[in-house]
Amino acid sequence: MNEHEQIADDLALYALDALSGEDRSRVEGHLSECASCRQELEFLRGDAALLALSTAGPRPPQRARTRLLEAVAREPRVPRVIETRSRRSWWGVLGWAMAAAVVVFALSLWRENATLRATLASASARAAENARDMEELRKIAAPILEPSSQRVTLVSTKTPPQPQGKAFYLRNRASLVFLANNMPPLPPQKVYELWLIPTSGAPVPAGVFKPDAHGNASVVNPPLPASAEAKAFAITVENESGSATPTMPIVMMGAGE
Amino acid sequence: MAQLYDRYSSVVYAVALRVLGDTGAAEDVLQEVFLQLWRKPSAFDAARGSLASWLAVITRNRAIDTLRRRRPETDIEDVIVSVVPDLAAEAERSRASEKVRGVMGSMAPAQRGALEMAYWQGMSHSEIAEKTGEPLGTVKTRIRSGLIALRKAFQT
Repeated sequence: MNEHEQIADDLALYALDALSGEDRSRVEGHLSECASCRQELEFLRGDAALLALSTAGPRPPQRARTRLLEAVAREPRVPRVIETRSRRSWWGVLGWAMAAAVVVFALSLWRENATLRATLASASARAAENARDMEELRKIAAPILEPSSQRVTLVSTKTPPQPQGKAFYLRNRASLVFLANNMPPLPPQKVYELWLIPTSGAPVPAGVFKPDAHGNASVVNPPLPASAEAKAFAITVENESGSATPTMPIVMMGAGE
Repeated sequence: MAQLYDRYSSVVYAVALRVLGDTGAAEDVLQEVFLQLWRKPSAFDAARGSLASWLAVITRNRAIDTLRRRRPETDIEDVIVSVVPDLAAEAERSRASEKVRGVMGSMAPAQRGALEMAYWQGMSHSEIAEKTGEPLGTVKTRIRSGLIALRKAFQT
């Protein structure tokens, strides 16, 4: 039996960290010289990961989330952004609509999470390749993100502020960003639900939202079927958990510009 | 980080809890794993596999280290994981979950037992051999063919 075959069984155990002593050192020695076994080790770890992913369990308690985000906020340096899709520039891959979505998301978490500002700043820095897009984006983002910027809603002088919503929809990426202001508050068990009205077929649920104390709300990239062609968007009032079909009346509606 | 946490915390917590059986200890591992990721995001190589799988491996290793009452020995930079299917999304993970449970269910009990002892209880091969009374060589082969069986289930 050659060394590879001898190592093969041990490699599986090594991947599970179940190998000790002489056997372990022998495997480590072999690995330092053998690229194909190193690759096989990666695959074995992946196989073992399948075991891990098969656990279903309770969700962690809410306090763990708070604890983590506080610990992260205390960390000294600004970390780089974690890419989960590709190695290319974050902004380049995501495209315009997603970039706008990031801006909106940042806006909605602004008060709660100062580290998001740092992440956004570092993401801006990394995307220097798309300088022109970035310049545009900075111009747009700056007044929205800067806490010192003045926020004004303009309304007709004769009537009280009207609820207003704007939907930005990129069909080929099934990517949707929705911003609303002057939304009247709702009782506790109710939410607003956004609908994509396709050119044919039933209205598609596109996210639920509740306005904040200022009447502002947003929906960012809800799950949507691919390539749904939107004739219009609409809003209804639904029970807290949302609904698969709209409950009349439609409280707001708009068609494409 | 909040988004990453919301997406992946249940995987990390479930793995830690399964290994440690203790919610407090599982929470601690959860913290450590995400903090480590925050400090060294470059440790994860997106070209190779999904973040969920990588986190699962890191978490299980850390939890096992805790179980064995040692300082965490696995530096996250050492861990490279290649996974054939893309298990980024929740739906894919639960399909994969079903599949794994199926494969484990149809495995011979001795094989399943060996795999579980090594994976979830962090037992070394000699500890498993001692516990089951099987020869070392048999234990090793069982574990390896168990992992390969899992791999094959996802390759077709």
